Amino acid sequence: MVAHLLRLKLALLRNSLRRSTMQIVGLAIGALYGLGILGMVLVGLVALGTQGPETIGVVTVLAGAALFLGWLIIPVVAAGLDMTLDPARFTTYAIPMRSLLAGLSLSSFIGIPGAITLLASVGTAAAWWRHPLGAVAALVCGALAALTSIVASRAVTAASASLASSRRFKDLSGVVLLVPLIFLGPIVAGVTAGVKDFKDYLPSLAGTLSWTPLGAVWAVPADVAGALWGQAAAKLAIALATAAALAWIWKACLQRALVTPAYSGSRRRGAGSMGFFRLFPATPAGAVAARSMTYWFRDPRYSAGLVIAPLLPLVLVFAGSRAAGGGMLGTTLALGGVLAAFLVVWSISSDISYDNTAFALHVASGVSGTADRSGRALAAGSLAVVPGVVYAVVGTGIAGTWALLPAVLGLILGAVGSGLGLASVFSARFTMNAPLPGDSPLKSKPGNNFPTMLIQLAGFAGVGVLMVPEIVLAAVAMSTNRPVLGWIALAAGVTLGTVSLMAGLRLGARQFDRRAPELLLAVSADR
Amino acid sequence: MTEISPSLTEARAAGQGPPALAIRGLSKRFGSKLAVNAIDLDVPAGSFCGLVGPNGAGKTTSLSMATGLLRPDAGQVWVHGVDVWGSPLEAKRLMGLLPDGVRLFDRLTGEQLVTYAGLLRGMDKDTVVERVRDLLETLDLARDAGTLVVDYSAGMTKKIALASALIHAPRLLVLDEPFESVDPVSAANIRDILHNYVASGGTVIVSSHVMDLVQRMCDHVAVIARGSVLAAGTVDQVRGGLSLEDRFVELVGGRNQTAGLQWLRTS
Repeated sequence: MVAHLLRLKLALLRNSLRRSTMQIVGLAIGALYGLGILGMVLVGLVALGTQGPETIGVVTVLAGAALFLGWLIIPVVAAGLDMTLDPARFTTYAIPMRSLLAGLSLSSFIGIPGAITLLASVGTAAAWWRHPLGAVAALVCGALAALTSIVASRAVTAASASLASSRRFKDLSGVVLLVPLIFLGPIVAGVTAGVKDFKDYLPSLAGTLSWTPLGAVWAVPADVAGALWGQAAAKLAIALATAAALAWIWKACLQRALVTPAYSGSRRRGAGSMGFFRLFPATPAGAVAARSMTYWFRDPRYSAGLVIAPLLPLVLVFAGSRAAGGGMLGTTLALGGVLAAFLVVWSISSDISYDNTAFALHVASGVSGTADRSGRALAAGSLAVVPGVVYAVVGTGIAGTWALLPAVLGLILGAVGSGLGLASVFSARFTMNAPLPGDSPLKSKPGNNFPTMLIQLAGFAGVGVLMVPEIVLAAVAMSTNRPVLGWIALAAGVTLGTVSLMAGLRLGARQFDRRAPELLLAVSADR
Repeated sequence: MTEISPSLTEARAAGQGPPALAIRGLSKRFGSKLAVNAIDLDVPAGSFCGLVGPNGAGKTTSLSMATGLLRPDAGQVWVHGVDVWGSPLEAKRLMGLLPDGVRLFDRLTGEQLVTYAGLLRGMDKDTVVERVRDLLETLDLARDAGTLVVDYSAGMTKKIALASALIHAPRLLVLDEPFESVDPVSAANIRDILHNYVASGGTVIVSSHVMDLVQRMCDHVAVIARGSVLAAGTVDQVRGGLSLEDRFVELVGGRNQTAGLQWLRTS
């Protein structure tokens, strides 16, 4: 039975490769990347072997604990990283639980992350080339550690899946978990700067970790090499208990998941809550705007963007905080506002890809291109202007350069207008590889992301070119501190933004009217 | 187009206006597979027409091309005399469509979705509000009107999609598998709605696998298999004394005549 599951996983992999050459390219790039990391890790480990057993122990415990944490956290954030063998699909086959668990965990090693983890973990033996006993222990413990990582990630996925069968939880967690991820850079920078006696701190951290489930398994070889048999046995016991406990949690969650249907209802609610449809005019364009607006707030794929974009200026400020003083900070914040506004408006470039086949309603109703384009632009535009203007005002306020506010506003309005205009054309012309409705915002199908990236880059470049006058004017105004030029930049931003928006809407509408059925066919292809 | 289907001659003979749906030489190829092979079909105005065929016969592809969702490689389609691919906006105003295997804007509530469908058609607000209330009431969805469509069951999703197709009171209603996973009570309600609609002069085309249902519900039927129309006309013409199911199997073929699966005996 276990062999069957392994063979199934291999067959799935082979068939997915047969589907398109881009998949092969994607896998090859992933494999190269993984092998590169593995190579670096192994070289590092051999080099580490020249140090004393204590140092080797500290480094492997810390790195190992980090790896383990990664396996615990990533599946939750990325909502089912690799669910090719989703246990829910085996419900109808009477597979003994023991075989199912063994098969699923072993099959996880077929795949780049699993395989690299296994090889790197077992590879820790390389660090012990001067201590043969430690090397033997590292071989055994490495395999155990890799297995524990896999089981841990499976257990976490199963546990959160039973929690997440409520759609609301899934929607919310996908967006909320993004926030710490965005601030990861600043947080790490802050922590490393904060801990002054970093070198003294690490060994004690490793010492503590080595007695916890996170680090025990990685600490055993060091104790073996140092002939501390009692400690080694105790830590091995902790490691084994960890693996057993995780396996038990996994089994319990899986047993419950297999008998609980995935669908779970919510409260029934009667008519009367029309939301954004009340705010917008009752025209086709107004309806499209109201629908888009609803999606911006209710669909995690959109709301993730709405959460990330306003946070980006803050990240920029954190990143630059040690480099510059208060004046620079304010300017960074204001310019970050331009970026935030642009990111919000640019996301409608993949609007139809996000609609997926729901777009059929627009085609079947014969919505005019003008109504479709302007409705989507109206929703994104009104959402983008708010954070943009807030950051512009706050930023210039902090910097004490009120006189330059018009220049920043010119940039923002230019970015919104040109961004919306170009995005309206792009979304009527191209469909992209976007997460499906209901999927996590972070999820994307592997392999065929290359064309999507190319289209996005072309779009960024295009908007940059459209905005050259505002950018030059604002840059000169800011660097030479001449507010008059700032007013000219504002005028240029408003004028050029409006012109780009109008031209983009018209061109996009013409594309849309001509190609709506082709767009529908293109999004139907990747359901 | 030398072949003329029975229903066409009948419609001409009866001297009525143009058929509700007229298809001539419609073809579509996906890669190496010819999904629809130059089909001709007429659905007379005021008829209740069933479209039956095995899985993968080209039913959904044909209906998508007939309703302006999928551009045909060749051929033409008219809805009440309006060329669907020549003047699509005008043709789409005449049609209501319930597509199969297509997502909905399911982060809207049921009420919002049907309203959205109405407003997209350019209808005025008061009419939309009134019709949405009627439709939700009739389809027994009023109590779930404020629930997000993504939280609906499969049957409720079908019903809300049907409401979206009916909101603009079309003259031709094209329904792809409308009864799939709909409970028997709701299915009976839907059949009543459709019969009233046909009685008042509307035309309905339904695709289905369920022959009994088509035989009971429809007055016209077209059998499609392997991308071609094998038979078309009134239900009585097509079945010719047999039950529709037997006639269908006779036309389409593919029944296994052996006793088969000898071991699948419990006694």
